[in-house]
Amino acid sequence: MYNAISCNIMLVGRFGGGVLVIKYVTKRLLLLIPILIGVAFLIFTIMEFTPGDPAVKILGIEAPQEAVEQLREQLGLNRPFAVRFFDYIYKIVTRLDFGMSWRTKNPVFMDIIPRIPVSATLAFLGIAFATLFGIPLGVLSAVKQYSKSDNVLRVVSTILVAVPTFWLAMLLILAFSSYLAWLPAGGVHSYVGYIMPVITCGGPYGSAILRITRSTMLEEIRQDYVRTARAKGVPNNIIIYKHALQNALLPVITTIGQNFGAILGGSVVAESVFSLPGIGSLVILGIKSKDTPTVIASVLLIAFFFAIVMLAVDLMYAFIDPRIKAKYFKAE
Amino acid sequence: MILQALKNNKNENKKNITDGRRKSMWKEIGKRMIKDKPSLISFIFIVALILVSIFANFLIDVDLVTAQNGAERIQSPSFAHWFGTDLYGRDIFARVVYGSRVSLSIGIITVLISTSIGGLLGAVAAYFGGLLDDIIMRVTDVVLAIPEQLLAMCVVAAMGATPTSVIAALSIAVIPTRTRLVRSTVLGIVDTEYVEAARASGMGNIGIIVKEIMPNTLGPIIVVSTQGIASIMLTASSLSYLGVGIQPPTPEWGAIIFEAREFLRLAPYMCILPGLVIVVTALAFNLMGDGLRDALDPRLKD
Repeated sequence: MYNAISCNIMLVGRFGGGVLVIKYVTKRLLLLIPILIGVAFLIFTIMEFTPGDPAVKILGIEAPQEAVEQLREQLGLNRPFAVRFFDYIYKIVTRLDFGMSWRTKNPVFMDIIPRIPVSATLAFLGIAFATLFGIPLGVLSAVKQYSKSDNVLRVVSTILVAVPTFWLAMLLILAFSSYLAWLPAGGVHSYVGYIMPVITCGGPYGSAILRITRSTMLEEIRQDYVRTARAKGVPNNIIIYKHALQNALLPVITTIGQNFGAILGGSVVAESVFSLPGIGSLVILGIKSKDTPTVIASVLLIAFFFAIVMLAVDLMYAFIDPRIKAKYFKAE
Repeated sequence: MILQALKNNKNENKKNITDGRRKSMWKEIGKRMIKDKPSLISFIFIVALILVSIFANFLIDVDLVTAQNGAERIQSPSFAHWFGTDLYGRDIFARVVYGSRVSLSIGIITVLISTSIGGLLGAVAAYFGGLLDDIIMRVTDVVLAIPEQLLAMCVVAAMGATPTSVIAALSIAVIPTRTRLVRSTVLGIVDTEYVEAARASGMGNIGIIVKEIMPNTLGPIIVVSTQGIASIMLTASSLSYLGVGIQPPTPEWGAIIFEAREFLRLAPYMCILPGLVIVVTALAFNLMGDGLRDALDPRLKD
C-alpha cells in the first residue's frame, strides 16, 4: 500500500496531467502479470500433490489400463512438471484455455463464466453493505463516545468480529427463513435471495470497518484543526463529516482493502451455505471431487479479482488524500 | 587488558540496567492488564479453557465422545446432557470439551509456527535488504494474492484432511502476513543506535537479529498473535464446516457443527451451542489482544 503511494507520488512528479493516471494504472496492471503467474505456479504445485491419477479419475476406476495410458498421453500428463506448467500458462494466454474439468468434462472456462455474476454481485453488495453500515456507525460511535449507542455498537462490533461466518449464516437462516419465513434459505431466483448472503459476508467485515473508523475518528476529533474550526464557529456536522472524516478515511480505506480477502473467503462460505451458484461453491465442489483444473482456474480468477480491487482501493486512496489529489488537479 | 575489563564491566552494567528495566516494564504491563476488566476475564477464561482441554480425560469420560447410543438420539439440552445429544446419541458437551483440544491446538500451534517462520523471514528481509529482501517480499506478494481461506483449502485438499495438514495449510497462508508485519517493524529498528552499537562491539548478524532486533518486535507480534489465534480458529472451523477441513467424527468445533447442519431446523441447539463456544473463545482471544495492545502502548487507548 505505502509502496504504491510513494510510487504514485513519484509518477505525479515525473509526468503530469490526466495521462499519469492511465500510466499508473497500466503500470500496476503490468505488475499484476508476474504475481498472477506466481499464483498459478503456487496453486499448480500444491495441487500436483493431490493423491490419485487424473486419467483414472476421468475414466473411472474400472477403466482398462490401455485407455488410461492413452488418456494420460492425450492430456500430456506424462510430460515433466515444468513443461506442463508452461503449456498451461501458454494455453491460457493464447486461447483462454484453462483445461478441461475432470468432473463435468466441459472446458473449465465455460463452467466458470456463468458463475461470475453471482460471485461479483455478492462481493460488491457485501463490500457496499459493510462500508455503508461500518463508516456512519463508526463516526456516530466516535462522536458520541461513551454514550449508550457507542457502548452498544462497541459490544456488537466486537462480538461480530468473533463470529464464524457459517454460524452467522445458520442463525440468519434459522431466524428469517425457518421461524419468520421472510426470506428463502438458498438460491438466487430473485434479489431477495442475496439479502442473507450479503449480511453474512458483509457483517463481520463491516464491524472491522466500524472499529477502525471509530478509533481513527477519535484521534482526528482531538486534533488542533478541529478545535480551530470549532472556535471559528463552523457547524458541528461540517467539522465532523467534512474535516475530520476526510482525514480519518485514509486508514479506513486501507482496512477496507486489506480485509477484502476476508470478504472473498466469507463469500465462499456464504455461497456454500446458501447454495448460490458462484465461484466459491465451484471451488468447494472442485476440491471435494478432486477436480484440479477447476480449482486452479477458480483460484486464479479470484486472485485476479482481488488484485483488481486492491488496485481500485489504491487509486481511491490517491484521490481521497488531498495532498495527492492537489497534485493531480494542479497538473490538469 | 584494561580495555577488555572496561568492556566487560560496561556490558555487565548494560545488562543490569536492561534487566532491571525489563522487569519493571513487564510488571507495569501486567498491572495495566489486571486493571482492564474485559482482558482480565478473557485471560482467566482462556487459562481455564486450556486447563480443561488438557485434563479433559479426568473430567469427562472419553466414551461419551465416541460411543454411539441409539436410545439417547437427538435429545435437547438437559442436566444429563448440557448441550443435548447428536444424531448418534453422543453427548455434544463432551464432544465440545474434547474438541477444544483439536481446535485450540490448531490455533496455538499455527500461530507459533507462522509467527516464528514469518518473523524470522521478515527480520532477515529487513536486516539484510537487497536481493534477499526482494525475493522474500515477492514470494510474500504472491501468497498474499490468494485469500487466506482459499489457499488453506487448496493445501488441505492436496495434503489430506488431517489436523497436521490443516495446521500446515493455515501456517502457509498466515506466514506472509507475519513476514510483512515483522519486516516493517524491523525496518524501523535496523538503523537505531543500539543496533549500531551491537555491530560495533563485534556481534554477528545472527546475534544482532536474535538478541537485539527480535526482542524489540515482540510488542506488535504478541498482540497480532493473540488475535491471530482467534482468526485462525475461525478459519479452521470454516474449513471443517465446508467439509474440506478436519473430518467427522474427529470432535473439532467446526466439524461438530458440520455434522449437525442437517438438523438446523429440527434441533437448532446442536449447531447453536457449539457455535457459541467458538464465538466466546474467539472473543476472549480478541479482547485479550486488545488489552495487551493497550497495556503495551497506553497511548493507543482512547
